[in-house]
Amino acid sequence: MTGVKETQNTYLSSFERFEKNLAGGGQSWLHEIRRAAIQRFAELGFPSTHIEEWKYTNVAPLTKIDFEPASNDVGRVSAEDIARSPLVEPGSIRLVFVDGRFSEELSSLEELPRGITARSLAQELQYPDRKGGGNATLEAHLSRYADYNEHAFAALNTAFIEDGAFIEIQKGIRVERPIHLLFVSTASDRARVSHPRSLIVAGRESQAVIIEEYMGPDGAVYFTNAVTEIVAGESAIIEHYKVQQESDDAFHIATLQVEQERSSNFVSHSISLGGALTRNDFNSVLDGEGAECMLNGLYATDGRQFIDNHTLIDHASPHCTSRELYKGILDGKSEAVFNGAVIVRKDAQKSDARQSNKNLLLSKDATINTKPQLEIFADDVKCAHGATIGQVDREAIFYLRSRGIAEETAHLMLTAAFAQDILNRMKAETIRARIEEVLSARLSFKEVL
Amino acid sequence: MLEIKNLHASVEGKHILQGIDLKVNAGEVHAIMGPNGSGKSTLAQVLAGRDVYTVTEGEVIYQGKDLLGMPPEERAREGIFLAFQYPVEIPGVNNMYFLRASLNAARKHRGLEELDAMDFLTLAKAKIKALDMDDSLMKRSVNEGFSGGEKKRNEIFQMAMLEPTLAILDETDSGLDIDALKVVAEGVNALRNPEHAILVVTHYQRLLNYIVPDFVHVLSEGRIVRSGGKELALELEEKGYAWIEGTTPSAHKDFFLGR
Ligand SMILES: Nc1ncnc2c1ncn2[C@@H]1O[C@H](COP(=O)(O)OP(=O)(O)OP(=O)(O)O)[C@@H](O)[C@H]1O
Ligand SMILES: [Mg+2]
Repeated sequence: MTGVKETQNTYLSSFERFEKNLAGGGQSWLHEIRRAAIQRFAELGFPSTHIEEWKYTNVAPLTKIDFEPASNDVGRVSAEDIARSPLVEPGSIRLVFVDGRFSEELSSLEELPRGITARSLAQELQYPDRKGGGNATLEAHLSRYADYNEHAFAALNTAFIEDGAFIEIQKGIRVERPIHLLFVSTASDRARVSHPRSLIVAGRESQAVIIEEYMGPDGAVYFTNAVTEIVAGESAIIEHYKVQQESDDAFHIATLQVEQERSSNFVSHSISLGGALTRNDFNSVLDGEGAECMLNGLYATDGRQFIDNHTLIDHASPHCTSRELYKGILDGKSEAVFNGAVIVRKDAQKSDARQSNKNLLLSKDATINTKPQLEIFADDVKCAHGATIGQVDREAIFYLRSRGIAEETAHLMLTAAFAQDILNRMKAETIRARIEEVLSARLSFKEVL
Repeated sequence: MLEIKNLHASVEGKHILQGIDLKVNAGEVHAIMGPNGSGKSTLAQVLAGRDVYTVTEGEVIYQGKDLLGMPPEERAREGIFLAFQYPVEIPGVNNMYFLRASLNAARKHRGLEELDAMDFLTLAKAKIKALDMDDSLMKRSVNEGFSGGEKKRNEIFQMAMLEPTLAILDETDSGLDIDALKVVAEGVNALRNPEHAILVVTHYQRLLNYIVPDFVHVLSEGRIVRSGGKELALELEEKGYAWIEGTTPSAHKDFFLGR
């Protein structure tokens, strides 16, 4: 165990080492950003519970561990390990990262369809002069959206930008195969931290399904500090799945920052199952007229797990729509936080925002803190929000039992039913079926579904 | 088949059933009538095992076994079926899926092979047709958004699938139009045979025109105050419940003791 200040200093000194060894020499535009970010992290320090945004989320356990930066010396992961992910399938475009580092042999990038670039950020950064512009895209977008000024962990990630996924989809391209980003962490003697950084730029009228998956072996202690930025160009249609199944002893802090242009449609499904401590920040800026955003979330916690979902939808333009449904299933002594902010800017007339957070408490000792947060500066808008916290319906349990169904099965059926509408919103059939499997295994209602 | 002896039950400190005695033999249909709040549903729910009611006295023997000692699911697997006065809506649980789980639980209990989805569907389709039900209801969540009549039909459909030894129908007739009533009655009559028994809770003589009972009992303030043959229902219809007010429970005892 180490003091908070000291671990902060460890990050600062490891930044100095990182700076010296930077792959590709460190392009100046990016390095300026990294420096500004580490500077900001030094100023901010780790967030305390006195900060409103972290009021219920105590990151002290994380700040006491002296994580080792995952270097090139990463853990071993085999193709069989990868196959353990229920979302791995032959048809997808797959980028695998082990302890934050791209693994060429585990990835599947053969025969990429026309109009799509998919490679690791580290590779992309090695060729600053590549023709046709990967790098121009990087420079135009990387770190332009995820704000590191107020978020210490985003600052830390930004300071250590080195590897992650880089995806670019050209104008009008419809990518049929799902794009699967798989982040695998390994167990090691000294707990590691990785800062995966991904950028996805979807051009005008493009269409894609993206899966972001995080996993690690049971019992492994590590820290994943991820930031993903997605730009949905005009009229682009993006469906994003995040499936978080980290080790139950791991720390997972992640920001998903979405920039939505005119008439774009972004659907997000966020499934959080693993981790000792998880914090998700989902931010979408509806930055062009008629943009639509749909957020679905499901978190299931047990034992002493802690999961915090912070979402922020920024209605920055008129005629935009947002729909949000986050559901939680809490068991054991676990704790969850939901904070759903919606901002409607002054000129964003005819905004239509709906938000709902529903929680099912399976145990008396589980805790949920839920808070909607509406800030509305326009006058002609429709905004609705609501939150519920409930237990399993006793009458429904009796009804099921009176039909011969065992009490435990009845509970599982109702729990599965609670999750059902989140699953129903998933458009990609196979992915939905796979996620259903993951959920059944996690909540052990396999025989029920 | 079923013997209820001096059954007392209360809920939230309120004493509702105040000494019920009732004997039902295989092959018989018993009707239970009585004013609102007299305890009819309480009796039905206690028999099905609802735990909000506390049995404070008495016993219930079902097929030679102590019924009150069994959890609700075991009672169901042993052949007891309660058609609820107010069927519960269960969003997110598919009706077909639910019923298959239910049927297979009972089959497993009896040492029979579980039905696979195909066999189950074939069976269900036949029953749905016989009950003149809209089969789109099967694809929906259990009772969710069903009309009152649809819920009642769904109860009867479940009953038809499960073929219970003892069926308890709690006001399955209320809220049904005459056509639906006939369909429901047919469903119930189809179940009638020397091995089965049926307990029908109702307010109205109307249903008993179609499901003709062997015995009629009148419940008032948690006691059976009068028992008789099917004519008792007609008499009640004519004279109203005021008529039985003031009648002592002994009239029922006398009936059973053959006095
Ligand atoms: N769960 C409960 N909590 C409190 N009181 C209850 C509960 N269930 C029943 N009661 C009360 O017990 C009494 C009997 O109710 P019950 O539902 O058994 O009557 P009923 O004969 O079925 O009436 P109805 O003809 O209206 O269906 C009523 O006074 C009712 O308010
Ligand atoms: Mg009743």
